[in-house]
Amino acid sequence: MITAQTAILLAITIPLLAGVLIALTGKHPNLREAVTLLASLALLLTVSSLLPAVLNGQQPILNWIEMLPGLSIRFQVEPLGMMFASVAALLWPVNSLYSIGYMRGNNEKNQTRFYICFAIAIASVMGIAFAGNLLTLFIFYEALTLSTYPLVTHSGSENAMKSGRVYLGILISTSIALLLVAIIWTWQVTGSTEFTPGGLLNGKLQGPAVGIMLLLYMYGIGKAALMPIHRWLPAAMVAPTPVSALLHAVAVVKAGVFTVVKVIVYIFGLDLLRSESSAQWLLYAAAFTIIVASVIALRQDNLKRRLAYSTVSQLAYVVLATAILAPLSVAAAALHIVAHAFGKITLFFAAGSIYTASGKTMVSQLNGIGYRMPWTMGAFAIGSLSMIGVPPAAGFISKWYLLLGAVDAQQWFAIGIIIISTLLNAAYFIPIIYAAFFKTSDAANTHGESPLPMVIALLITACLTLLMFLFPQIPLALAQQLAGVGA
Amino acid sequence: MINHLPILQVVIPLLVAPLCVLFRSPRLVWSIAALTCWIILVIAGVLLHEVLSNGVISYEIGGWAAPWGIEYRLDEANTLVLLIVSGIAAVVTSYARLSVEHEIAEDTIPLFYSAWMLCITGLLGITATGDAFNVFVFLEISSLSTYAMIAMGKDRRALTASFQYLVMGTIGATFILIGIGLMYMMTGTLNMADLAQRLPAVSDTRTIRAAAAFLTVGLSLKIALLPLHLWLPNAYAYAPSAATALLAATATKVALYVALRFMFTVQGVDFTFGQMRLDLILLPLSVVALLAMSMVAIFQTNVKRLLAYSSVAQIGYMTLGISMASATGLTGSILHIFNHALMKGGLFLALGAIMYRVGSVELDKLAGIAKRMPWTMAAFVAGGLSLIGVPTSVGFISKWYLILAALEKGWWPVVMLIVFTSLLAVIYIWRVIEVAYFHAATDENSGIKEAPLSLLLPTWLLIGASYYFGIDSSLSTSTAKLAVLRLWGGGL
Repeated sequence: MITAQTAILLAITIPLLAGVLIALTGKHPNLREAVTLLASLALLLTVSSLLPAVLNGQQPILNWIEMLPGLSIRFQVEPLGMMFASVAALLWPVNSLYSIGYMRGNNEKNQTRFYICFAIAIASVMGIAFAGNLLTLFIFYEALTLSTYPLVTHSGSENAMKSGRVYLGILISTSIALLLVAIIWTWQVTGSTEFTPGGLLNGKLQGPAVGIMLLLYMYGIGKAALMPIHRWLPAAMVAPTPVSALLHAVAVVKAGVFTVVKVIVYIFGLDLLRSESSAQWLLYAAAFTIIVASVIALRQDNLKRRLAYSTVSQLAYVVLATAILAPLSVAAAALHIVAHAFGKITLFFAAGSIYTASGKTMVSQLNGIGYRMPWTMGAFAIGSLSMIGVPPAAGFISKWYLLLGAVDAQQWFAIGIIIISTLLNAAYFIPIIYAAFFKTSDAANTHGESPLPMVIALLITACLTLLMFLFPQIPLALAQQLAGVGA
Repeated sequence: MINHLPILQVVIPLLVAPLCVLFRSPRLVWSIAALTCWIILVIAGVLLHEVLSNGVISYEIGGWAAPWGIEYRLDEANTLVLLIVSGIAAVVTSYARLSVEHEIAEDTIPLFYSAWMLCITGLLGITATGDAFNVFVFLEISSLSTYAMIAMGKDRRALTASFQYLVMGTIGATFILIGIGLMYMMTGTLNMADLAQRLPAVSDTRTIRAAAAFLTVGLSLKIALLPLHLWLPNAYAYAPSAATALLAATATKVALYVALRFMFTVQGVDFTFGQMRLDLILLPLSVVALLAMSMVAIFQTNVKRLLAYSSVAQIGYMTLGISMASATGLTGSILHIFNHALMKGGLFLALGAIMYRVGSVELDKLAGIAKRMPWTMAAFVAGGLSLIGVPTSVGFISKWYLILAALEKGWWPVVMLIVFTSLLAVIYIWRVIEVAYFHAATDENSGIKEAPLSLLLPTWLLIGASYYFGIDSSLSTSTAKLAVLRLWGGGL
């Protein structure tokens, strides 16, 4: 059995090594894909080897290079990071399987570059998940932005270049202009950037400064896509669908909300934020994003764009849950990161599957498609249920805890927002399912299901969505540990 | 032998310079020059080690005791600069062979290397000496050889660029000489350590204030501090590629070091910041340099000019750190001298490789070049990211200290300025990246191959160093901090 420290290092180096091997085997597509799949399975094993220790309440630590005097690159596996890493490690093999089907089915060019960047992005995610201080987190946060840029601009078209500008522009500028300043400010105030149970800034910062610091952090973490800095997400939709799935479900946005939860729990601490009136705005900013993004999603005809705005709104759920500042709602935030990952990746897989099989991208073209692609649309339905928060899908669990937390904290405003947004979610997902299964298709369609690897992949994620509802013990245990930290 | 290292590292390149003219073969001349530069780098490394372990080294030339004789005095501050200059010189000289053969007529190549070695001699001499007049002498040696090198550029506009720099540079040098002369008049000494002791007694005179003003303006010209930067963009744009890389990475840095030496050691913190309030002058100039020059860089169509304007902006970071008049700010400045040398050197070398293959660095000629020269462009991207200040690059370390210093002072607008100008860097770097990666290659570009290894290796050496010192900054930060202590304490 490998030690926890080795496992942490391996979790970051396996994907990086895979990147190198992919570059070397680029001439032989089958070998190259084998490298991706094997590396993803190896990563899954490595990450799951850390799970028992963390469930037992241990937090393995690894101090690496001292980058600045007194400030090391440091890793520490705590419950939330464990959850995030597990989700990413679990979804990478599935996503790889799907990518192989999609990239070959659509004859995409530059596939080697695609798989290399993908592997580097996963390595960055592992670094973010296990980061033991803000500096380490920031390094991998930026690495994630840069490694996903070539994925977003994959097609190299004029349109892709423009979207790449928006993507990079927003993510880099928010992170350097706000997040970096917030981190250095934290370092200046406390002499540390370590994630500390109870809050690093607790007792070190008072008054309006807390509100300003929170502003710097929340809008500095552009990946969490709080309005009005959400524009990069819909722009990134030009990317191939597996990338969209990666961005929305596995890596980028999750890295954003993960950082938000981590900063609020470990840097500010719930007590500090509860006592400072200047920090109350976050709840309303999140609520605004939830409602407005849902309304925009309602009006999108392009399926991927509708899903993108749905993501913006779902991410704000996580922020809202954290902003309620009750232990139960923090647990809900953690659970929602997982639940949304499984549900949203299923939806994107389905969208890509529809595109590969039929070339369709618009919601209005999907009449009767459920009969031609029963597996795809069945999985889509499960994903939608999870987004709305209906049993037997994973989304129900996180929403349940979110409501419990909100009732606990007597946040009636938040409860109202959750109810309205649930209705809105239903309003933009149910018509798609209805059209797919109950309307007759208008034109003569000859296509069937998409390639087998894609169908298998989306069925796996749909099953994961259901399984998390039926067997939520592990994520629940981790989420409760995190809530214990926050209490 | 080991005792004579402080003078050897100046004398060796000085002797090699005429040798370059004697041996007429370009290859042979290059080999001698490159070998010499590596020897100097080793010497600089030994000296830094000596200084860090045993403290200040004082070397009296010809055995004439200071303050009457010329004294070379090495402490943490100037030994670090020596290491920068000799390190950059070693890497860039190794790189120069093909680039110079490509850009300079064969019969003038020995002359070019002769000027090259003289320039390095001058820069090392300025840095090592503890004698104010000796500074001026070496400054002239490096400047005159620089004018010659710039004038050898392939483009005919190099001649006017060189002439422009000659005029401005001579004015600067004259101002410096006047400043030193006035100080000599009041104190009767040229030795910096001696000056530092004698100046306080007479510092409240108009003569000394005038001396400080002359020195500041003269050095600002050599530093290319806005608005005295006008010579720099053309000089960098039209000089031979190798010369641009050498100058961009060393010349302005050495001038800045001399300014620091006069501000802190010779005149003292109290005089410079307390009496003369230099911080009040430097701050607005730095701010304008950062904002205006970054914006001007965005609109350049020649990538060398683009990077030249970026250099003027980056010098703004260094003077900004000084203007904070705090230990953290000064640490940021000195770190940025080191860090910027690495990344800008690497960037200009990458451009030199492009120049070698494409024959131009006009933006529209670079369409789709990344497919043809993937490693060269990757180096450019990596250097560009460092300029932006992405973590794990040296640029990040500099920004960290500068922002920290601004926060310590509570200067929020300056914090915002630093991050905002980083974002401007994103724009001008990404303009190049988009053209190189996304635009379709033109027909002229279709036959272009990757740059040869002898250009790529030195380029990646500098880029690699700019990430090594970004991930493990212990050597650079600890030396910078010691240098700050030394400068601040006035303990020369």
